[in-house]
Amino acid sequence: MNPRRKKRLTLFLSIAVLIGGAVSLMLYALTDSIDLFYTPSEIIEGKDGRKPQVGQRLRIGGMVVPGSVSRDSETLAVTFDLIDVGPKVSVQYTGILPDLFREGQGIVATGTLLDSRTIKAQEVLAKHDEEYMPPELAEKMKGIKHVKPDNAGN
Amino acid sequence: MWKFLHPYAKPERAYQLCQTLQPWFWSLAAVCLVTGSIWGLLFAPQDYQQGDSFRIIYIHVPSAILSMSTYVAMAVAAVVGLVWQWRTAFMAMIAMAPVGAVMTFIALVTGAAWGKPMWGAWWVWDARLTSELILLFLYMGVIALYGAFEDKQQAGKAAGVMALVGVVNVPIIHYSVEWWNTLHQGATISKFDTPSIAPEMLWPLLINLAGFAFFIAAVTVVRLRSEILRRDVHRPWVQALAEQRENRRAV
Repeated sequence: MNPRRKKRLTLFLSIAVLIGGAVSLMLYALTDSIDLFYTPSEIIEGKDGRKPQVGQRLRIGGMVVPGSVSRDSETLAVTFDLIDVGPKVSVQYTGILPDLFREGQGIVATGTLLDSRTIKAQEVLAKHDEEYMPPELAEKMKGIKHVKPDNAGN
Repeated sequence: MWKFLHPYAKPERAYQLCQTLQPWFWSLAAVCLVTGSIWGLLFAPQDYQQGDSFRIIYIHVPSAILSMSTYVAMAVAAVVGLVWQWRTAFMAMIAMAPVGAVMTFIALVTGAAWGKPMWGAWWVWDARLTSELILLFLYMGVIALYGAFEDKQQAGKAAGVMALVGVVNVPIIHYSVEWWNTLHQGATISKFDTPSIAPEMLWPLLINLAGFAFFIAAVTVVRLRSEILRRDVHRPWVQALAEQRENRRAV
């Protein structure tokens, strides 16, 4: 490689490395704002020593605690608890839940903090994992019995 | 080590190489895409959670993975162009840019169509979706910058620097689902681990991935050929080529 090419190569590679470094420092500093949601334990115990304020608009993401879903028989109101590894946070919501909503499913809810462990949600989104498998295999591996909605009554 | 590549710096040789490769790329793309899509859309089993809706994976994942690979390929071409000052490298770079932009666009649109029924939202500003959108803007920036210069060698240099700098976004897209908490799920196949997808669903996905790759290669080669002709239109070899074709038509 002749010296002029070598010089240009080092120049462009160092530009790329410098910009890469700058961007990674920026992203590291912005970690809190890039995270899409708080986990339930971050809401109760605080994230980096700061707890979310009551009345703050935020997103929460966690697993629906089995057995915690209670629906109002007259309206579309529903309450359920979310959990990650620590304490539970309960969510109130009025509206139609996504199809994937079920006990044990990951959920992301947007809403306001009513008190330290209750959220009134305006939007509930379902998160699914990166595993794809046919129903028979899922039944064998995870013990999940998948019932199609139109067969559920039979 | 890379000496065998040097003859292709000449536009004429690059043009001939493209001409040889083009039918191979097109036929491989057609075979893979037809097999993969029919297998994936009709014969692969349903997903235990998402039912038939998961089948959009056969379009979404190949286009998303290859939008990033095309960007890296474009940046490599940019480095070659900047350091070795090959005109053909800049031509290859600009031939790839719109193809990659379309792949990014397909990934975003199919992702939105998948997100609505499964997550419950067309769009969420999470790290994965946002960084993929930035990739689309980077592609558009490279195309716009290249178009803004009258002198195409200058244009190649400016757009090349931009393409090179934008590479920093590619690892961000890939690792966004690990570094931050996102609505988008983690990696299924592009990780150093057994893919978390059943084999009978994985095979059509891999075939479609190859199909998309060959399709991108084929379109790039077609675009590169026309770019070379456009840039070299006054060179004797292009005029000889045109004359040859004229004569063939006359006979």
